[in-house]
Amino acid sequence: MSPETLRYTATHEWAGWQDGLVVVGITKFAVEQLTDIVYIDLPTPGRRVTAGEPFGEIESVKAVSDLYAPISGEVVDVNRSLVDDPTRISADPYGAGWMIKIRPDPGETLDRLLTLEQYQRQIAQAG
Amino acid sequence: MADKTALYPWHVEHGARMVEFAGWTMPIQYTTIVEEHHAVRTAAGIFDISHMGRLSIGGPDAFALLQKVFTNDVASMRSGQVRYGLICNEQGGVRDDVLVYRWQQGFAMVVNAGNRHKIYDWLLAHRAGMEVEILDRTLETCMVAVQGPRSAELCRHLTDAEVEELKYYFATTCNFRGAPCVVSRTGYTGEDGFEFIVNATRGIELWTELIARGALPCGLGARDTLRLEAAMPLYGHELTEEIDPFQAGLSWAVKLDKGDFIGREALLRRRDDPALPRRVGLQLSGRRIAREGYTVWQDGKQVGQVTSGTFAPTLQKSIAMAYVRPDCAVPGTPLVVDVRGHREPAQVVPLPFYKRPRQTPG
Repeated sequence: MSPETLRYTATHEWAGWQDGLVVVGITKFAVEQLTDIVYIDLPTPGRRVTAGEPFGEIESVKAVSDLYAPISGEVVDVNRSLVDDPTRISADPYGAGWMIKIRPDPGETLDRLLTLEQYQRQIAQAG
Repeated sequence: MADKTALYPWHVEHGARMVEFAGWTMPIQYTTIVEEHHAVRTAAGIFDISHMGRLSIGGPDAFALLQKVFTNDVASMRSGQVRYGLICNEQGGVRDDVLVYRWQQGFAMVVNAGNRHKIYDWLLAHRAGMEVEILDRTLETCMVAVQGPRSAELCRHLTDAEVEELKYYFATTCNFRGAPCVVSRTGYTGEDGFEFIVNATRGIELWTELIARGALPCGLGARDTLRLEAAMPLYGHELTEEIDPFQAGLSWAVKLDKGDFIGREALLRRRDDPALPRRVGLQLSGRRIAREGYTVWQDGKQVGQVTSGTFAPTLQKSIAMAYVRPDCAVPGTPLVVDVRGHREPAQVVPLPFYKRPRQTPG
């Protein structure tokens, strides 16, 4: 997916529409901060997630972090290949590194998430 | 305001990610921890370890002072020899783990960055009535470690010292382009290697020359994964004022028969205390990391706590060090680590996790 069309959370997840579902992953910046990812814990399809609440965990040599759902809904697809090879996340965070697909609750939109420009500004300020 | 080493400008200029560590601003990584780790296991890496405390201890009673505060025996050291040991409190707890260098005239001591002032003050406090001069040379010098199987080749003719001839845990004074220098065959990675001490003003010159010779700059991140695989304790994690050297598995560095020293009486009592937790190695079944503070369980009862853990880049396994009840410390014992609410199976394994392949002669 193209970073320009995606929306972002302050906790470094990205979200983008694809065939009526919202695809979720973590940003290149997050991947660079983590480096050396060794483990990822993802939910099983069918699980409900709530915007702003953890849906999984990601662990690098340095630290372990929660993954936060950018939107509320039901998990309908999970990228299990990441569990066997978490390095795919760092290799291609916006493509092969996608994590889950969510069917959003009725009325949910990505509008309250950050745009790429807003997200980049946040990173610059934090850095 | 954290201290900066003489190499700080180089680290920043070359994009190192800097962190505060023990009152110093230090590079945690330049590329990735795993890449730097592999460089040390397969070739050679260099580390800025200028944050480590460097004390010089001289005068007629330097020997007596060291025998009083150091758990290992200084009497059997030859000139040029380096020895690992502990500095204990009266209760036998570890105040620091240090290296003592014996010179023709006097001694030097390398202490942990976070314990530098504490140990300096401790030495001053225990030299009453003695003729000893203690100098803290940390800020005026720079310390660089070269680690990895290619270290000897890389350090050849770097100074006028014959580094290949230098025995493990020996040191010599030498000359680096006109500047006085100390090189020791020591390290904290489980690989062959050398540690150099030069005047701070020559630090960058030494560092960049080592890079030109093919060494990869490595940060504290790789230093931690390397020492963990080699099962070397880290002060503040495996060693504290409450833990004694026997619990930590460091009895080889305690010479109870060398004569009296601070902590000896307590250590005689603690040595065979069956109630004290022991340091063990854990290997986890999964890929999750058992981090410091995570609890260790057996049959629904907590039996210990993790002090350090990582995903070991060389072994490709999740490993940890922990203190556990002595009856759970036997290799092969199945245990469980509570990783953020998940019960992760683990097994006690012999230490070290990693031992470098023996070099075959010729």
